[in-house]
Amino acid sequence: MPASRGFSDTFGDALLSANVPVPEGVVGPDGQPAPKRFNVYRNNVVVSLCEAMAATYPAIQNLVGEEYFTALAREFVTQHPPTSAVMLWYGGDFPSFIDAFPPLADYPYLGDVARLEWSWLVSYHSADAAPLDPAVLGSLPTEELPEARFQAHPATQLLSSLWPIHTLVEANRFSVGSNKPVDMASGEAVLVTRPDVDVALTALRAGGDVFFKALLDGEALGSAASMALEANEGFDLSENLADALKTGAFAALM
Amino acid sequence: MPTRENEPFGADHVIPARAGVGFKPEHAPEILSRVRSVSFFEVHAENYMGAGGAPHRILEAIREKYPLSLHGVGLSIGGEGPLDREHLARLKSLNQRYEPGLFSEHLAWSTHDTTFFNDLLPVPYTRETLNRVCDHIDEVQDEVGRQMLLENPSTYVAFAQSTMGEIEFIADVAKRTGCGLLLDVNNVHVSCTNHERSAADYLHDFPMELVQEIHLGGHAPDVDDLGRPLLIDAHDRKVDEQVWRLYEDVITRFGPIPTLVEWDNDVPNWPVLVEEAQAADAILSRAGSTALRKAV
Repeated sequence: MPASRGFSDTFGDALLSANVPVPEGVVGPDGQPAPKRFNVYRNNVVVSLCEAMAATYPAIQNLVGEEYFTALAREFVTQHPPTSAVMLWYGGDFPSFIDAFPPLADYPYLGDVARLEWSWLVSYHSADAAPLDPAVLGSLPTEELPEARFQAHPATQLLSSLWPIHTLVEANRFSVGSNKPVDMASGEAVLVTRPDVDVALTALRAGGDVFFKALLDGEALGSAASMALEANEGFDLSENLADALKTGAFAALM
Repeated sequence: MPTRENEPFGADHVIPARAGVGFKPEHAPEILSRVRSVSFFEVHAENYMGAGGAPHRILEAIREKYPLSLHGVGLSIGGEGPLDREHLARLKSLNQRYEPGLFSEHLAWSTHDTTFFNDLLPVPYTRETLNRVCDHIDEVQDEVGRQMLLENPSTYVAFAQSTMGEIEFIADVAKRTGCGLLLDVNNVHVSCTNHERSAADYLHDFPMELVQEIHLGGHAPDVDDLGRPLLIDAHDRKVDEQVWRLYEDVITRFGPIPTLVEWDNDVPNWPVLVEEAQAADAILSRAGSTALRKAV
């Protein structure tokens, strides 16, 4: 590597910070420095990254408003620029950035809303797989059911929150303007699945968070059901099992 | 080019010397349900680097019916650091999966150290950068196992350290690496306006015999620090009249070349994009029949 700084060191340093001067030798047609021309690049970089964030986090944008979101995204993209050329994967650090962003301390649910939107995106781009055929489970002898273990579908994710994240994402992303009242005191667990190409967000029933976490961790069906029942006496195995099959959360039995 | 025993897609991979457009998923229903109105599609490779899901499902349906051109926007061929080997592997895998008729990248950089800037940034034209760009293109062609096309950039600034002209640089790269060229006529107009040069002279000097694809697109007018015209390569509107004239001159002189209309921002309805492609097709057809008459 050359010891001196190359053109992309100085150019790159100045792109993400308006406080870093335009690099020397970057000129207009007369050979003179041309800061406004350089600013076209600064603008392209920051605006395109903010647009990527807005595309990934529409519910956050709806919750905080477009103007605030743009300012927030600008803070994020300049502090956490992409590290891969695959922009599909950009922005996964945004939920923790929101959690740690002091001006948003009075809105503690935003981080988990953002986590759910990120999970939606991850699921959307996950590998294809056929969901578990209910007949496969149905064909197991009853006495073997408690020992059944499930292989997660590649698109499946589980999120549990102290906040009503499913309701908030529905209201601010998929049915904007519905103005349904949201009970902020009730937490929600959400199963994110994509049995074919469409991502589905399913709010889980009582004990479903413990049950699905156990199954996704590789616990047998019987032990996952006991854990769920212990955590929440309202847990209903047959309803939750129906959710598992209907949502396509699993790809196969192990 | 190796012949394949099994043609996995219904459509041929060879891109005809007709007009195509940049593929936008929102147009997919109309493209797949209506009669054919463009001759090929081009996609940005990076949008199809996810593992599965809707993007690949839609692209497979498009590829089933149309030839495809694969256009990378993130490899950073002009960068000072080494190429990202994982990214190269992803490009190789997309080439294998979709068998595009053409595969192209930019004379630009976008990655430095660990940061990806998501923009096509300018390269100084020196012996040192020339050697590096050639090494990178050699690496791409070796790894992906096919020829790539290099696209001329649109730029807003120049570097005082440059010791070569852009055409000399591009021609040298092509000669040393055996890569083909993608001539973006809008980029020629944008850069030549921005650097106060003649676009007609640029096109006259450009090594046209190496051009396998042409890009057309819209740009946004602005002014620089001193009020001089500064054109921004925005891909957000129709192709400018002056760009159409430059394009027609090129096609009249060199004959039909596969031509792509790019419209990436403020994407219009499908019929508007088709009109742009048909305008290019009309120019290609006229040149084609003239060439045929000369040949007869």
